Amino acid sequence: MSQLVPIPAPTAVPARRGVISKVVHDPLGVISLVALLLIVLATVLAAVLAPQDPARSSLDDIFAPISAAHPLGGDSAGRDLLSRLLYGAQVSLLGATIALLASLVIGLPAGLIAGYYGRTFDSVSSWASNLLQALPAIIVLLALRTVFGPSIWTSMVIFGVILAPGAYRLVRATVSGVRNELYIDAALVSGLSDTRIIARHMLRVVRGPLIMHSAMVLAICINIQAGLEFLGFGDPQTASWGSMLNEGFLNIFQAPQMLFWPGLALFLTSAALALVASSLRDALQAGAAKPVRRRSVKAPPAGNGAVPSDALLSVRDLRVAYSGGSVEVVHGVSLDVAHGEVVGLVGESGSGKTQVALSVLDLLPTGGQVTSGAIALAGEPLLGRSASFLRTVRGHRIGYIPQEPLSNLDPSFRIGNQLSEVVRVHLGLSRAAARDRVLDLLARVGIPDPARTYRAFPHEISGGMAQRVLIAGAVSCDPELLIADEPTTALDVTVQADILDLLRDLQQEKGLGVLFVTHDFGVVADICDRVLVMRQGEIVEDGPAEAIFDTPQHDYTRSLLGSMLDGRPARLARVKATGDGRA
Amino acid sequence: MPESLLEVRDLIVEYPSKGFRAQPFRALHGVSINVKAGETVGLVGESGSGKTTLGRAILGLAPVTGGSIRFEDREIGHASRRERRGLARELQVVFQDPYTSLNPSMTVGDILTEPLWITGVKRQAAKAQVRELLDKVQLPKDAVDRYAREFSGGQRQRVAIARALALRPKLVVCDEPVSALDLSTQATVLDLLIELQESLGVAYLFVSHDLGVVRYISHRVAVMYRGELVEDGDGDVVTSRPEHPYTQRLLLAAPIPDPIRQEANRANRHRLLAQQAEQDEQAGL
Amino acid sequence: MLAFLTKRIGAGLSVLLVVPSLTFLLMFGNAANAARQILGESATPEQVAAKSAELGVNRPLYVQFVDYVGQLFVGDLGRSWFTAEPIGSLLASRATVTLTVVIGSILVSTLLAFALGIAAALRRGALDIALQVLAIVGFAVPGFWLALLLVSNLALQLRLFPATGFVAFTASPGQWLASITLPIVALMVGAVAGVAQQVRGSVIDVLEQDYVRTLRARGLPSWRVVAHVLRNASAPALTVVALTFIGTLSGAVFVERIFALPGLGLAATNAAVNGDVPVIMGVVLVMTTIVVLVNLVVDLAIGLLNPKVRLS
Repeated sequence: MSQLVPIPAPTAVPARRGVISKVVHDPLGVISLVALLLIVLATVLAAVLAPQDPARSSLDDIFAPISAAHPLGGDSAGRDLLSRLLYGAQVSLLGATIALLASLVIGLPAGLIAGYYGRTFDSVSSWASNLLQALPAIIVLLALRTVFGPSIWTSMVIFGVILAPGAYRLVRATVSGVRNELYIDAALVSGLSDTRIIARHMLRVVRGPLIMHSAMVLAICINIQAGLEFLGFGDPQTASWGSMLNEGFLNIFQAPQMLFWPGLALFLTSAALALVASSLRDALQAGAAKPVRRRSVKAPPAGNGAVPSDALLSVRDLRVAYSGGSVEVVHGVSLDVAHGEVVGLVGESGSGKTQVALSVLDLLPTGGQVTSGAIALAGEPLLGRSASFLRTVRGHRIGYIPQEPLSNLDPSFRIGNQLSEVVRVHLGLSRAAARDRVLDLLARVGIPDPARTYRAFPHEISGGMAQRVLIAGAVSCDPELLIADEPTTALDVTVQADILDLLRDLQQEKGLGVLFVTHDFGVVADICDRVLVMRQGEIVEDGPAEAIFDTPQHDYTRSLLGSMLDGRPARLARVKATGDGRA
Repeated sequence: MPESLLEVRDLIVEYPSKGFRAQPFRALHGVSINVKAGETVGLVGESGSGKTTLGRAILGLAPVTGGSIRFEDREIGHASRRERRGLARELQVVFQDPYTSLNPSMTVGDILTEPLWITGVKRQAAKAQVRELLDKVQLPKDAVDRYAREFSGGQRQRVAIARALALRPKLVVCDEPVSALDLSTQATVLDLLIELQESLGVAYLFVSHDLGVVRYISHRVAVMYRGELVEDGDGDVVTSRPEHPYTQRLLLAAPIPDPIRQEANRANRHRLLAQQAEQDEQAGL
Repeated sequence: MLAFLTKRIGAGLSVLLVVPSLTFLLMFGNAANAARQILGESATPEQVAAKSAELGVNRPLYVQFVDYVGQLFVGDLGRSWFTAEPIGSLLASRATVTLTVVIGSILVSTLLAFALGIAAALRRGALDIALQVLAIVGFAVPGFWLALLLVSNLALQLRLFPATGFVAFTASPGQWLASITLPIVALMVGAVAGVAQQVRGSVIDVLEQDYVRTLRARGLPSWRVVAHVLRNASAPALTVVALTFIGTLSGAVFVERIFALPGLGLAATNAAVNGDVPVIMGVVLVMTTIVVLVNLVVDLAIGLLNPKVRLS
């Protein structure tokens, strides 16, 4: 598989410390962690911090204004709001923790078993989890309250059970994903027992996502508990955030400010939990999509390199960089492809060959940009041109054949639809004319039953057929140039030979120029007229194919060709030659 | 010649199909193969040929529905997990993808200690053995405390090889161990495998889609096609003068890294395909 | 497609059978001394026995169950233990109110969430950061607190909207809209945040797929590429919409109390306070039916959008 986005050099930071240090280095993560810590501290130290007993009421303090004695004022019974807020936090946090524990006690083991063993347990527990999620939680709580009594703690345990499917699904999905990893197979071959595999391998993987999930669940529980108490289902004597909101609601005409503090406390606690979770998620999936602006930074206007006009494609001094230009992966590459010429761009993974090919199409992955150089098609510059101009070039004058056949077809659209769309856009054909053209194309690329393939969805055809479909798509508007990015690498060798035959025929028939990216010298020898060898973002050798194979000039080319296995004697022949036994 | 280390007879593997009363999918249709101590048997075929399934069945990772797998004269086709634990000392594996065959959250030291630890090796002894193993696969000593993801593909595959050899097995199933590697790395990993075989006397069942790789490392070669073994014999013969039409097609389909010879090769392939099509037609009529 | 539909309908039916049955058995199995609760401590044992017989809770549980199911088929959901009102007609009018605010909020929030999520995924930058903030705020702010703030500020202080009550559309469309605006806004915020976040995530996932690069390489106009992306990204987003719908039904319980809307949630709250078991049972039955239907519609939409789902 070609490495599209260059991976930064491995660092010496071990994985676990990595996650924690990433959270600690994320300012939002630190702020939210500190906020959480303060909330927990205030809750634990409520007895010390509160100005007075939360239940002590005084007629003088009914709706008392904010004062030194009552920093947040007094409520309808003349009780101190700050004291009630601090003590109320105990009820909120305890209730939420109970619900979280209940959900984990059920969800974690069930998820582990269902994900690891699958089969009947999986079907039954997934069905049960669907049932639990079929009703609005609050309705279940109201209904079961008539059964199990009015205790808020019972309600929170029930709520935990209702939330268990969340943990269950998360664990199950993670575990069943890991279940098929080869390192689990290796552990099985080593004879590790299931318990050990679950403890050593599965729990490690589940841990991070589960902590993240738990933070979110805690926030939900805090809110739902307050909600229950707001509806009047708590103990009205005990101070809690929900009952304070209920009192505020009952006195909304006299003292609307009473609504403010408990709500704010709820909001801040949940927000801190959500931020911790989000910071943890970012740390866990480092490198995943961050809110960065997708900038297709255009290269400076051509002029850094003169563009000769006789070549079909000319690239001059091309530089490609990632991470805002700080990591350069292509260091000044120049190449020409003449009309009707097949040029092989050869290199190992990370050599930058795919980056060069994608630069021509202006389709570098997110974060990549051409920082300088010039690219021209038949003398016409391509870099820095408008998106609408490039759209008339791509697909129409330059065809693109990707590497993985199946992942390059849209799974939701019929094949015929995907191909006729292109010819309709570029050639302005009618629906019927486009259909005829696509059917002809499908026949031309050697698909046995074009009409059936036209109607098929991508998952209904084989990889070899899919690659023929993609080739049909690339040549559908009679382009002058083909960019082929490892077009046979994902295929079986017998299929590869057929596809190479097809490409050669099409190339000769239509006089196409081809930029053929590959790592395989056999494929180069089969189809390329000229070869460019790339290493670490630079072209180290350039010449006619025969010369490269016969008399390679650069050490790197020689070492690459030297490491080829073809041409070396077979093992048995070597054994026979030395008379060496089989060890 | 020593007796066969591994003897597979008429092996059938079927995977249950999804859906009510669906026919199970038969991945292997009665395959027989044997591996002697200290030799490499190459198993070559394309996707869907069943070559990987055969390797996995021997390792206990695929359901055996018929036939027998004998390892050192013990039937292991239906070995329990406990028996597998005993077998782990003698039968090991190196997988294709060095990126997913090592747990990303474990250090190289943890990974290499795991098999030792199962067989009850003490901590200190295990440490010494891990150091020795790293040396054997030519990895630096400080690799112990580093995570697998910090290494390149070739280095990871060395870790996987070290894990497989930790218990001094008699047979290692190598499932496409160099397919995911760059060309220059492929040869060095293959040379390491050969070197280790010569010094340790381990046997390999070497699964690959690449005739060139199989030729380079195998004493004997077996060719699989659609769940059946179509040809087997001495490595140099099967990979240069094959008899079965499929092996002939396979051989000529692999491009030769030399433009002039490849042109001739291509012409030969077209001739062969035309010839085989004609024969098929005659057989059909 | 037919097999896929049959499977989804089967799953829906199993939920429809199991959830209300379990609820019934739990609630009525525990209702033996309901009569005592209704009549209070001063009632004589004879009065209690007579009331039990009147309510039918003195019969064996299975008899009550069979009787209830039998009555269901003639559209009879029983009567309230307290007001003796027929539950069927009581809930019919209340379901209208709940569905008006819930569906209204889901429609508006889904449209808004798709627009926001798609724009954030395509443009990134400030809009994307704003969406991240909204996601956290929308998740963390308790919906009923938001409703309280809306009532206290927009309705009571500024008098822009009525604070309580529901006006039927047929009575006055203008007042109808005014009466449901604040409830819908209160229900929407969390939903928009959650769904927009999911839409953004799945659009970004799809944008990184190989086939999107290939579509671009074919020189298709942007809107055509976006159409491809949307079709592939909408299935996971719709799944979240279905879950959000259930969450919004929960939220409606609070909103109906705060705005004094005579909906299912308010009926359930009052019934739970009194222990009016048949009314809660009716609410459970109606809500389960609504949820199953909505899930079915969403499954159908996902199946239409994604050929792989309906064929596997």
